[in-house]
Amino acid sequence: MEHPTSPAAVHEGLMHAPVRVMSARVKLGTRLVNLWGRRELLRNLVISDIRIKYKGSALGLLWSMLAPAFTLGIYYLVFSVFLKNGYPNYVIFLFSGLIVWNLFQNAVNSATGVIVDRAGLVKKVSFPREILPLASVGSAVIYFLIQLGVLALFLLVFHHAPDWKMLAILPITFATLYLFASSVAIVMSAITVYLRDMKHLMEVLLQLWFWMSPVVYSYSNSLAPQIHRHGLTLLYFANPMTLLVLTFQRTFYVSTDVHSLLSGHALIHMLPKWSAGSFLYLNVAMLGVMCILFLVSLMIFGRLEGNFESEL
Amino acid sequence: MTVVVDVADVSKNFKIHYERHQSLKERLLHPKTGSTEDFSALKNISFQMQEGETVGILGHNGSGKSTLLKCICGVLQPTSGEIRLRGSLAALLELGAGFQLELSGRDNVYIYGAMLGFTRKRIDQIFDDIVEFSEIQHFIDTPVKFYSSGMYVRLAFAVAVNVNPDILVIDEVLAVGDERFQAKCIDRIRYFQEEGRAILLVTHSADQVRALASRAIVLESGLMIANGPVGESLRIFREHLLGDTPSNEVNEHHSAEVHIDSITTPTGSFDVQSGASMHFDVHITSATAYSGNFVLEIFTRDGVLVSRSDAQGAPINLMPGANTIGIDLPNMPLLDGVFDVNVGVLDPRGSNVKAWGEKVATLQVTYGGRQSGLVELDATIRQN
Repeated sequence: MEHPTSPAAVHEGLMHAPVRVMSARVKLGTRLVNLWGRRELLRNLVISDIRIKYKGSALGLLWSMLAPAFTLGIYYLVFSVFLKNGYPNYVIFLFSGLIVWNLFQNAVNSATGVIVDRAGLVKKVSFPREILPLASVGSAVIYFLIQLGVLALFLLVFHHAPDWKMLAILPITFATLYLFASSVAIVMSAITVYLRDMKHLMEVLLQLWFWMSPVVYSYSNSLAPQIHRHGLTLLYFANPMTLLVLTFQRTFYVSTDVHSLLSGHALIHMLPKWSAGSFLYLNVAMLGVMCILFLVSLMIFGRLEGNFESEL
Repeated sequence: MTVVVDVADVSKNFKIHYERHQSLKERLLHPKTGSTEDFSALKNISFQMQEGETVGILGHNGSGKSTLLKCICGVLQPTSGEIRLRGSLAALLELGAGFQLELSGRDNVYIYGAMLGFTRKRIDQIFDDIVEFSEIQHFIDTPVKFYSSGMYVRLAFAVAVNVNPDILVIDEVLAVGDERFQAKCIDRIRYFQEEGRAILLVTHSADQVRALASRAIVLESGLMIANGPVGESLRIFREHLLGDTPSNEVNEHHSAEVHIDSITTPTGSFDVQSGASMHFDVHITSATAYSGNFVLEIFTRDGVLVSRSDAQGAPINLMPGANTIGIDLPNMPLLDGVFDVNVGVLDPRGSNVKAWGEKVATLQVTYGGRQSGLVELDATIRQN
């Protein structure tokens, strides 16, 4: 109140203000510009999402570690101790794939219902609606980074050095993972507005998807020979999670061939013997595909969001 | 002058579901049923707003005014046509809709600011102003779920007005808070007007539009039936929208049965001395015999209601054809100034308007005494 703005100053500001156009279809370029312009809101939503989740809980963010730790423990117990798969350093192998999967699953699971859950906001406040599923992905990324920190701790404790060359590729892999999770999250959040049981269907699908990705088992050891014989290798790699998980495992688990812990110490072929260059090439190609997929997901979202109001 | 809001041929259709099939099973079992019907909430609306203008949107419930507002704010996409906005916009649609109940008022100020499209830095600069305006200093770090509804709304209003938007959109929100806070809000709106910012105001209250707006738009069933000076639009709004028989022919601006033709005085002049007596004749044409109430309103030039009086339970009986209603003011209490006169014919219960004459006469009052203000007070001041 103390600093009145003169009408001339307001007028001056107006003359330099951009013109915004609202029409039936928002062009893809405009969508991207709008999203970028509202990144502050995205950040705010991610932060408030995490703060609300753990508000009033004594352990706070630690809880986000407990669930993955539990999963890790169970798989280790079942596959390494009871079923005796004989993989050395199985925890590191498992963890390096599991964090990739956890990001994807957390993101998609929470994004699927997000527009329906935040209907009040969607119907009252103007902002690019894609920000809601993207905020779900954002929270998943935060948990991912925490888990990555724990993985680094594991490596230190076990004196297990990562493959430094591969580590340089990892940002590309992460970008690919982010774009893939975002694309699926954006499309699923919009479809759920029209088909409410997508949420339940997605839970089942994610289970199936998890076992189709080489997180718990070694792709090269248990799957590669069989699917190669049936000519299914290409199909198996059509699942983007396969390459992403393999890249992470190759980076942190490193060894492609290991000696079994079981009597006999037979040689186990754990990971594909691709060079870092091949991984780089494959990851860059995948990143290109994901960029296109991301744009397509925004277009699909744009098609579907027009009728949100009458469906919510 | 720059156009800040340009609404060009905007229509909005909604799908109405008779049977909702929202689960996969239902959609698979009934692929074609679950009939929907298109409902047209806005039909080819076009208007512009200049910078510094305050425009009121009037319309009864379901006339499409909220839909229009939501389209302008970007909450809804128009089905066809487009809306161009220049400058920043803050909307008071549903105050506090973006609030996170679990978080403190402080956190919510930042989140709400981000939703309105402002950066953290900008909010940092005006945070103290926001808190001061909202008057909840002591509770700013309390989760908003513990706020009273008044505190909730005050905080949201404080954020929206303190970010100094180029365009402020207000939807029926001035009815909240206590009277003092309302006065503060109106104050802030006037301050915005002085700064040359544009304000779009949606309300049921004709008084508010009269007091704040320079132009008014009237919506009826998704059509814009008036866009012009406040007085003219209010006449159309009252006559058409509150009319006894809701007619679908929207171009008809007054009820067919009763019409206020003119208002005259015996001397032919509307100039009057304070304290003098005055007589008006209101000429009304009626198609049928009608018995109802009559209302007289006197407003100042800035839209403040000075007085509203009616026939006090004694109905006026209109005959088919021309009628004259007499109004006697034995002792003009107004001090000098120019006043607008509205007259209207209401149904006997006084709830529906049959005919309305907005600003049918301009009263010129002259006063020679020493008092100032609006009315003559018969006060004697002496030492006890």
